[in-house]
Amino acid sequence: MPPEAGVAGLPAARRRMPPWVATAALLLPSYAWLTLAVLLPLAAMFAFSFLHATPLGNKPVVWTLEQYRAFYDQPYLLGVAWASLSIGLWTTGICAVVGFAAALALVRATAGRARETLLILVLLPFWTNGLVRVFSWTMVIREGGFLDTFVRWFWPSAPSLGFLYTTPAIVLGLVHGYLPYMVLTCYIALLSIDEAVIEAAQSLGARWWTVLFKILVPLAAPGLVTGAILIFVPVIGAFMEPRILGGRVGVTMGTVIEDQFTQAFNWPLGSALAFTMLAVVLAVFATFSGVLRRSAAT
Amino acid sequence: MSGVDVTAVAKSYGATKVLTDITQSFESSSFTSLLGPSGSGKTTLLRIIAGFVAPDEGAVRIAGADVTGVPVHARNIGMVFQSYALFPHMSVAANVGFGLGRRGIRGKVAKAQVDEALEMVRLPGFGGRYPRQLSGGQQQRVALARAIVIRPDVLLLDEPLSALDRRLRQEMQVELLRIQRESGLTTIFVTHDQEEALTLSDKVAILDRGRIVQMGRPAEVYERPRTKFAAEFLGDANFLTGKIRGNTVEIAGATIATQDALPADGTSVTVAVRPEKIAIRPADSAGNDALENRLPATVSSVIYTGTALTYMLRTGDLHLKVFAQNSDGSPLAAGSAVVLSWAARHSVMVEG
Repeated sequence: MPPEAGVAGLPAARRRMPPWVATAALLLPSYAWLTLAVLLPLAAMFAFSFLHATPLGNKPVVWTLEQYRAFYDQPYLLGVAWASLSIGLWTTGICAVVGFAAALALVRATAGRARETLLILVLLPFWTNGLVRVFSWTMVIREGGFLDTFVRWFWPSAPSLGFLYTTPAIVLGLVHGYLPYMVLTCYIALLSIDEAVIEAAQSLGARWWTVLFKILVPLAAPGLVTGAILIFVPVIGAFMEPRILGGRVGVTMGTVIEDQFTQAFNWPLGSALAFTMLAVVLAVFATFSGVLRRSAAT
Repeated sequence: MSGVDVTAVAKSYGATKVLTDITQSFESSSFTSLLGPSGSGKTTLLRIIAGFVAPDEGAVRIAGADVTGVPVHARNIGMVFQSYALFPHMSVAANVGFGLGRRGIRGKVAKAQVDEALEMVRLPGFGGRYPRQLSGGQQQRVALARAIVIRPDVLLLDEPLSALDRRLRQEMQVELLRIQRESGLTTIFVTHDQEEALTLSDKVAILDRGRIVQMGRPAEVYERPRTKFAAEFLGDANFLTGKIRGNTVEIAGATIATQDALPADGTSVTVAVRPEKIAIRPADSAGNDALENRLPATVSSVIYTGTALTYMLRTGDLHLKVFAQNSDGSPLAAGSAVVLSWAARHSVMVEG
């Protein structure tokens, strides 16, 4: 029997559906769920941000743009925004340096079982409860905590090194939580670099720092940028770490927004601040997308 | 003065001996091929000369200076890799200028040298392009320009042509040879392609299981192989094993003459004869050539390739191969009785 006979023999009812039907059928569940669980609440929040006050009880619904003037009306928010930004920059910067170094060590100096084990150890912070992770740091860095105890084994009269309730403490907690993103994105970027490219640089006279800054860092730039975005965006909105590790200094955009919802009960202001931050984050994305596309092309 | 001297170099990975006692000089301005099957240690030897691998024993000298303990970046070498290994994020000009920058040569002087190098590999005006915009052959030319622009003491080529297709490879062989002659660089070329090695090299070194079994001019190594391995790896060979009697070798009823110096009577030896050195004619035709060796045989099969014929033959337990030109257009049929003949100087005694 010739091969085409089988195709021709198919019942006419089983005509091929246009390809978009299958695509739509596969996408529908997840987009329906996203609409229900993310887009609708987000739209409600967006609507709230134009209200004068939280619409509870018998309060009349008054539409206004005043919430978006918050940074103008309450100048202290600028300071808070700056604090969030600098925490974000410090955290991202430290993660970039430490994460890149760790990824480089994993790619260049390990193999097989040892590499698998080390990768799992890198991922550990992901699998521990965030609250436990952050609280355990308070035990370590408070005055008279584990850090002080450890130092005083060697130097009994040492002054306290405890730095709980400072900005570095917040950054420490955030770096601990978000470092795995940077290690993983850099690891993948470094893994794809041909060993011969590094050897070629060495054969042309490059020492290790030239190889690092002229070859490895530029070639791993997509990994660094992706990691930086994955870290920076959630970090500037973080509120748990600033609250627990920052104490009095831990006032960030994250905590201010959280306060509007849970303490001040000013949902419209909270939503307006949140959407302002979303706009800033999207601007950051728009700035970096060009860089990402360019490095993806090489 | 020697370009590169390798003295008593040995290297093992765990219990595996990769190189055993390699001592070899690579003359200044010469083109030497390291030829061997995979696992013969040829790449390891090249990487020891480059400095990527430290030898367990022995010394490496480049341009007269002992570089055994010198790191790669401080040896003045040019290396071309099988995968080209261009820097994908740099333009062609930046790639070629990379080694100059490491030597403190920048600006106009560097640009002039980069242009000159690109001219030499016939890619003038390609400086502004990126590696991903070039074909495989062009990328390999850039890699070559990058390696020669720094005027290295030795140019190391690690199977640079094996990733190219056949036509491009032949074209690049010609280019490579021209560039090497023009630049006068001492060149060491690793390959497993015997034809490439014969075409390009001043000297061919044949490696087998971590040793250089023979090194010499291509014709010398091809015509007078010293070992069975060398004879078999470089070209094709028939091996005839027999005992010495007088000044001939006795093989299954026939005696084989050779011009090589023979050991004592009764010693068992192996003689190699290249398939193209053997003349073949039907047994019933008159033989009036002056060739010393004659061996009756039967044709088992013929492989017809147009310009040439390959005869597979049998004589007693012995299987032989003969290459013949297809000059009269009527190959001998399988089963025909033939007489093989060849000159005494083409019977080459080889070590087991």
